[in-house]
Amino acid sequence: METIKTILINLPYILEGTYTTVLLVLGALSLGFCIGVPLAILQVYGNRFIRQLVALYVWFFRGVPILLLLFLFYFGLFIGFNLDALTASGLVLGLTSSAYQSQIFRGSIQSLPLGQFKAGCALGMSNFQIIKSIILPQALRLSIPGWSNEYSILLKDSTLCFAVGATEIMARTHFVAARTYHHLSLFIVAGFLYFLITLIGIKILRFIEKKYAIPGYTLSV
Amino acid sequence: MTTLLSAKNISVTLGSRKILDNISLDMNAGDLKVLIGPSGAGKSTLLQCINHLIAPDQGEIYLEGKKINTNNNAELCHLRQNVGMIFQDFNLFDHLTALENVCLALIKVHKLSKADAQKRARKELERVGLANRAGLYPAQLSGGQKQRVAIARALAMDPKILLLDEPTSALDPELVGEVLLVINDLAKNGMPMIMATHQMDFVRSLATEVLFMEHGVIIEQNSPKVLLAEGAKTRTLDFCSKLNNLKDSCTVLG
Repeated sequence: METIKTILINLPYILEGTYTTVLLVLGALSLGFCIGVPLAILQVYGNRFIRQLVALYVWFFRGVPILLLLFLFYFGLFIGFNLDALTASGLVLGLTSSAYQSQIFRGSIQSLPLGQFKAGCALGMSNFQIIKSIILPQALRLSIPGWSNEYSILLKDSTLCFAVGATEIMARTHFVAARTYHHLSLFIVAGFLYFLITLIGIKILRFIEKKYAIPGYTLSV
Repeated sequence: MTTLLSAKNISVTLGSRKILDNISLDMNAGDLKVLIGPSGAGKSTLLQCINHLIAPDQGEIYLEGKKINTNNNAELCHLRQNVGMIFQDFNLFDHLTALENVCLALIKVHKLSKADAQKRARKELERVGLANRAGLYPAQLSGGQKQRVAIARALAMDPKILLLDEPTSALDPELVGEVLLVINDLAKNGMPMIMATHQMDFVRSLATEVLFMEHGVIIEQNSPKVLLAEGAKTRTLDFCSKLNNLKDSCTVLG
């Protein structure tokens, strides 16, 4: 009985963390998208030097643990700037995600038949026009399933931001648990929240996937 | 009269293999040249060199007497706008409807408004007999219909020359006719074309010149009457009679 009471009393406080978590995840996903798409394009169509530069970037952000990056960004780098915990977290998650996302998009771009690009060229379109109007609209559609993975992984990675003091779901749950000693039940509640956010996001992405499916093109969606 | 388009001394080397060896070609108004030859002879490569989809290791392209500077993107786009291309496997944009496929380059390259582009695109689709398929996506069209949309897409750009890379090879026999009919119409209206094809009836009746290619070289070049005359000792006739034998043996089997 007391457990339920504790949960109910503290739920609004924990739920407020949902806002931070969602903000963090959406921000990081958007940042990752905005950097990831150009990176993918550069890695496919760029010259040797640019391709290697992108590979280096991807290697770095896929190679260094998020927790380490968080400490680096929050405590180490940007001395004189003093990023707050949320900004540092969003930046780290976003940059890391951009490396992962770039590879999702690269895979999709490279899976398109070469003829699509050639057909655009043969009509006198510029490379930029072809990438924007022919390659990306198709590649992004193909990327949605892989991208939904990135979303759910990023959501769970956002719990790491607790370590630098971003007051998201995990941090708030921990504060309450430490005060009330109802660890197990509170963490189950937090787990349920993450579960729910994952589900909603996946449903939204599935909806987008269906809405933009090319008629007659895919077997079933 | 200046030559519409000429390719001079085109060479392409892949590793140690010469895909194209110093090939030259002139196109004048009303020309319909046909490339014939075994697989790997370099027909596709030659066609793609002409609009620079493949950059040749050597050689120049002249459009209406003017040399194209292939390092200049604007000149390259100008060349490609004037030289339409039809591919063996259609290469329609899968995420766009037939109408949008035809419209895209009109809007992006010719900078037409959406309404004007659609008007033009409908006209071209009508010309290839697909006015009632405008709203369908490539995946909802048959092979022959796809190729006709591809032809409409190329024609919408008002090309001065059309390159056709085995336009009927990916089609089953029942669909070849509808595509040939469209190409036939174009030929009769005087559209200059360079076409790789093995449709011999078509070659006999319409080609102004046949170029037989093998190992990256044009080994025979003359009118179809001369090359395909009965009893002619030409590589072209030899090759074509093999095609016919194949056809006959298929009929026997069938």
